[in-house]
Amino acid sequence: MDVTPNTVSYMIMGYAVIFGVMAIYLVSLLVRFRNLRQDEKTLDELEKKE
Amino acid sequence: MTKTKPRWLTILDVVTVIFLVAASALVFLYAPTEKTMGDVQRVFYFHVSVGWTGMLGFLFALIAGIMYLRSHDHKWDIAELAGIEIGLVFMLINIVTGSIWAYPAWNTWWTWDPRLTTATIMELAYAAYLMLRSGIEDPERRARFGAVYAIIAFISVPLTFFSIRLWNTIHPVVIGSNDPGATGAFNMSPRMTQTFMFSLLTFSIVFVDLFWHRYRLGRLADEVETRKLKLVE
Repeated sequence: MDVTPNTVSYMIMGYAVIFGVMAIYLVSLLVRFRNLRQDEKTLDELEKKE
Repeated sequence: MTKTKPRWLTILDVVTVIFLVAASALVFLYAPTEKTMGDVQRVFYFHVSVGWTGMLGFLFALIAGIMYLRSHDHKWDIAELAGIEIGLVFMLINIVTGSIWAYPAWNTWWTWDPRLTTATIMELAYAAYLMLRSGIEDPERRARFGAVYAIIAFISVPLTFFSIRLWNTIHPVVIGSNDPGATGAFNMSPRMTQTFMFSLLTFSIVFVDLFWHRYRLGRLADEVETRKLKLVE
């Protein structure tokens, strides 16, 4: 009878990549949002000065 | 663009998380273990779903590119960029998880099989889009170039999708008949099919949610760029 191979480590590696890359992308979106909001504030101040 | 986050987007965020948790539960707790490959077969559910999400992103970019050339409305350029960026991220996950699955199934991390080759060409073509686009300063030219590029690059998407049906390949076909040379193919039980379908639905929702966020980011970036240009003038 064929024995099912133990491939759990590959499954864990696969899901670590899936959730890891998705998390990195989410963080990149958040950081870019935050930086743009900061730019907006700076522009508000510069426009006020003018 | 409204500064506050739309209520519907917050609701969509919550729905997306619920679906992701439910899909993960189905993958790990509901779907049976495949006998010849073991637990690594569970990667298949999200591997195919992220591939679907990636191609959806490129399809959105194609539509947005056509709409931009027709209307010259800048919002389509923003939508196109959003689609391509999300497509690139998800296709990258698709390629890497495919390689992880391939090692125990094919005994190699990588082979220049038609599907793997066309998927790599597609990923590189869209990565080049981002690099070339960032080199153009004039927003009008950048948008026009982006639209034409998104339309031409889309040729790689059906080529990748149909590659396993057109050429001899070791890559298994999920829907339809397999090439006799395919390695790692398996028959899906009803529980496997349900998990697979739910994963596809989940990642379609993930795509809509991320696209909305990325589009809002693009609108904000556009506003900031316009204001900066006005200040310089």
